[in-house]
Amino acid sequence: MEGAGADTWGIIGLSLKVASWSVAASLPPALATAYLLARARFPGKVLVDAVVHLPLVLPPVVIGFGLLLLLGRNGPLGSLLAPLGVTFAFKWTGAALAAAVMGFPLLVRAIRLSLESMDHRLESAARTLGAGPWRAFLTVTLPIILPGIATGVLLSFARSLGEFGATITFVSNIPGETQTLPLAIYGFTQVPGGEAEALRLSAVSVVISLAALAASEWLARRSRGPGARA
Amino acid sequence: MIEVDVTLRRGSFSLAARFSTQAPVVALFGRSGSGKTTIVQAIAGLVTPVAGRIRVGEETLFDGAAGVNLPPERRRIGYVFQDALLFPHLTVRGNLEYGERLTPPAERYVDRAHVVGLLGLASHLDRRPAGLSGGERQRVAIGRALLASPRLLLMDEPLASLDIPRKAEILAYVEILRDEFGIPIVYVSHSIEEVTRLADHLVLVSDGGTVAAGTVAEIMGRPDLEPITGRFQAGSVIEARVAEHDLDGGLTALDFDGGRLLVPVVDSLPGERVRVRLRARDVALALAPPPDTSFLNVLEGTVTAVSPRKGALVDVTLAVGGAVVISRVSQQSCDRLALAPGKRAFALVKAVALDRHAVGFA
Repeated sequence: MEGAGADTWGIIGLSLKVASWSVAASLPPALATAYLLARARFPGKVLVDAVVHLPLVLPPVVIGFGLLLLLGRNGPLGSLLAPLGVTFAFKWTGAALAAAVMGFPLLVRAIRLSLESMDHRLESAARTLGAGPWRAFLTVTLPIILPGIATGVLLSFARSLGEFGATITFVSNIPGETQTLPLAIYGFTQVPGGEAEALRLSAVSVVISLAALAASEWLARRSRGPGARA
Repeated sequence: MIEVDVTLRRGSFSLAARFSTQAPVVALFGRSGSGKTTIVQAIAGLVTPVAGRIRVGEETLFDGAAGVNLPPERRRIGYVFQDALLFPHLTVRGNLEYGERLTPPAERYVDRAHVVGLLGLASHLDRRPAGLSGGERQRVAIGRALLASPRLLLMDEPLASLDIPRKAEILAYVEILRDEFGIPIVYVSHSIEEVTRLADHLVLVSDGGTVAAGTVAEIMGRPDLEPITGRFQAGSVIEARVAEHDLDGGLTALDFDGGRLLVPVVDSLPGERVRVRLRARDVALALAPPPDTSFLNVLEGTVTAVSPRKGALVDVTLAVGGAVVISRVSQQSCDRLALAPGKRAFALVKAVALDRHAVGFA
């Protein structure tokens, strides 16, 4: 059982790494997409909206299969990126990408909601006071929608930690490389006598999720409450 | 110097705004929804005109033909919104500093301590906008715009969302602002009381754009504009100068081109210029000065126009010296006195009709 313990830390570390990278990498494009959907009017907006929400309604396996077709070694994008040294298939980066795609709509929705509930004329007020569009966004919009961003980050982080179908289809279940918590739990349930290990990892999942929830709650409160920023 | 000559798109309508003024305070006056806000947004750079030119002072802010369109942050035009629009995530101090920090030190001409003292904000600096009253919020908004050292201040119905005591309070601050800082102000309002008190120059806005511009007295004295200036509010404005106070009697005497007006005591110094709004329904007419009367103001003049009948009423316009006085009387009285252009008549005005809301400092 000594070896299994060391393995547990590896799985937790990998899971946290995959989830963190997935959220960090999808945050900037999610902000841009949410801003576009909340503020801009352009032809094809409905289509963009639908595509963004696709991962929410499609079976995750279909998403994973699509990523495999697109980014696999022989896929149109995969064969383009491979000479540049960028590969996703059967790598932890692929697991992060699958998790990012699955968490993207949750992130966009939360940010878009808080953007839409904010009075956009506050940006106009900032502009008349001498702030350019970027400064207005960074000093007014961003701090005001911070609670929404925190919610989105939590939701997509939790979604990434729990991601299973797209991951196993796209990058398989490789211990030490792509075997995140859910995949490891699934693996243990498939072997005789693995229930105890599966239960232990499940308990770990619960602890990590609760910690993430607490962290986002604290962040949201800090950005809203009195005395947050002078 | 403000010069506006633009065509604006507003939904599916188009709006032609054209006026130019040197006056320290110009009012955009018109009904709600007539397009006043769109015009000030164009001056601020928040909406882009279809065509035309906007100049403030020596600088061209927009010129459709020459392809000039300065972004709002480079126009240095302060904007006080109807609902204050304070930044909710910053304290009062943070709000006040926002524009000040973005103004190069060389271009700052407004002192923060002075503004904070003037607007009575010293004890609120660490509070957040959510905890402030409507009047306090509007004061912070005015201070915030002021501290960006603007070359022009746009005030878009700054009193509209306030109750009556707060209105009077903020109005007093705006008067101080006008007199202390010398920043030209474009003041948007649909209230003739505010406009009379504050503005020198008036631009009348109706659906489709600006319809007339001139001094407040000129515009309010024109019966043909009454459909826009408002029938209920019909009246005229007299430019006068404070002559003397009779403190025991509680009266102030005002001299104007055409005679003397007695009004309830106005807090002012002899020699100061004031504007008095005379509502048409507060003015009675007589063919001879009545011998025993409570009317303190009996002004002799000549009838210049009698409006077409509106229900049972007509508006009779009198020239009293260089001033215009409008009286709303019944058709029956008009017939009995045989009022017609050219006839001598006396306008009778009770002093109490000219309360402090009717008198503004010019």
